Amino acid sequence: MPAEAAAPRKWHEIVRDVLKAENVRLVTYVPDNVLRPLIEAIHADPFFTAFTTTREEEAVGIVSGAWMGGMRGIVLMQTSGFATLPNVLASLPVPFQIPVTMMVSERGTLGEFNIGQAMVARTMRPALESLGMEHHTLSRLDEVEFIVERSIRQAVATRAPVTLILSPLLTGGKVLPSGEKVSTK
Amino acid sequence: MNTANAPLTRDQAKVMNRFDITSRMVAKLHNDEAVIGGIGYTNFDLWAAGQRPQNFYMLGSMGLAAPIALGVAIAQPNRRVIALEGDGSILMQLGSLTTIASRAQKNLTIVIMDNGAYQITGGQPSATGVGTDLVAMSRGAGIVQSLWAADESHFEELIDRAIAEDGPWLIGCRIDNGGPRGTTERDPAQIRDRFMRGLGVKQ
Repeated sequence: MPAEAAAPRKWHEIVRDVLKAENVRLVTYVPDNVLRPLIEAIHADPFFTAFTTTREEEAVGIVSGAWMGGMRGIVLMQTSGFATLPNVLASLPVPFQIPVTMMVSERGTLGEFNIGQAMVARTMRPALESLGMEHHTLSRLDEVEFIVERSIRQAVATRAPVTLILSPLLTGGKVLPSGEKVSTK
Repeated sequence: MNTANAPLTRDQAKVMNRFDITSRMVAKLHNDEAVIGGIGYTNFDLWAAGQRPQNFYMLGSMGLAAPIALGVAIAQPNRRVIALEGDGSILMQLGSLTTIASRAQKNLTIVIMDNGAYQITGGQPSATGVGTDLVAMSRGAGIVQSLWAADESHFEELIDRAIAEDGPWLIGCRIDNGGPRGTTERDPAQIRDRFMRGLGVKQ
């Protein structure tokens, strides 16, 4: 045993490990900067089949089909992408009882600099609530493993989709690139 | 690839009947091939052509037949998977053709029923009715084996090849505006459960 304790795992390492432990092999995503370390960790591990899609709707369709074919999957996206999904959620995973797991990198809050992101983000939780969909917000590192593992297990056991929201409190979120300035006038 | 019989453009393809060619396709499925029926009359005629436990009938999520079929094809690489879509539906998710091309999914075929109209909502013209060629778009997306069916016998020949040879394939079919021969029973939980049993995922 090394004398020093191992460094604590980062959020994306915990998520990757839980996905493997729960046999979630298929990862479809529309790229996002905050999700980048998770996406890179997934692509670095041959356990996963991971690829981009052109729209979040498409990603949900692929993971839904894969579930029915016997393969577990997850969809990764950011808040603005989630806003394109209510019709698909209401007509595919919810009524057909397909346990699609979604992970959403949360923009629009805690330091957002893009007004469009700030506005569209406000539609996410009301949409999830009105669809009666289980969702949790990950804001603390020490809760990530418990919430992700239990949520995937519950989704599968109850045949219901679940959404996991990655708060900037956990990930640091996206801030204005250095050198860019917001007009304060 | 032998494309000698294939029409070069939509205009050169014979106008066929959706129920007739759907029935011809279903009659060729002897190895538990999975079929994903997109919404609307495409779906209704798949239902009417004879229900199989390996058929999945969408109820909404317009445009997602090909992505759902891709997911099934990834999960079960030894099974052939066919997506049946209308022209209006695939126009909603043209990006999915680029995803399928990028994946080079060998066991996947997309069949497009193209009547140039949104028939179920009153026959409003779609872009394919006024010049858009979906087979050319599919080829442009990177699905090399994208072909118009010249007529019924050529359609059957293409289905035989799509079942036997590596894909992905896209088969364009011009169809008339005849009505569907049935209506899908709208019971999503039962449709999903039957489909999973048909695929051997549930016992």
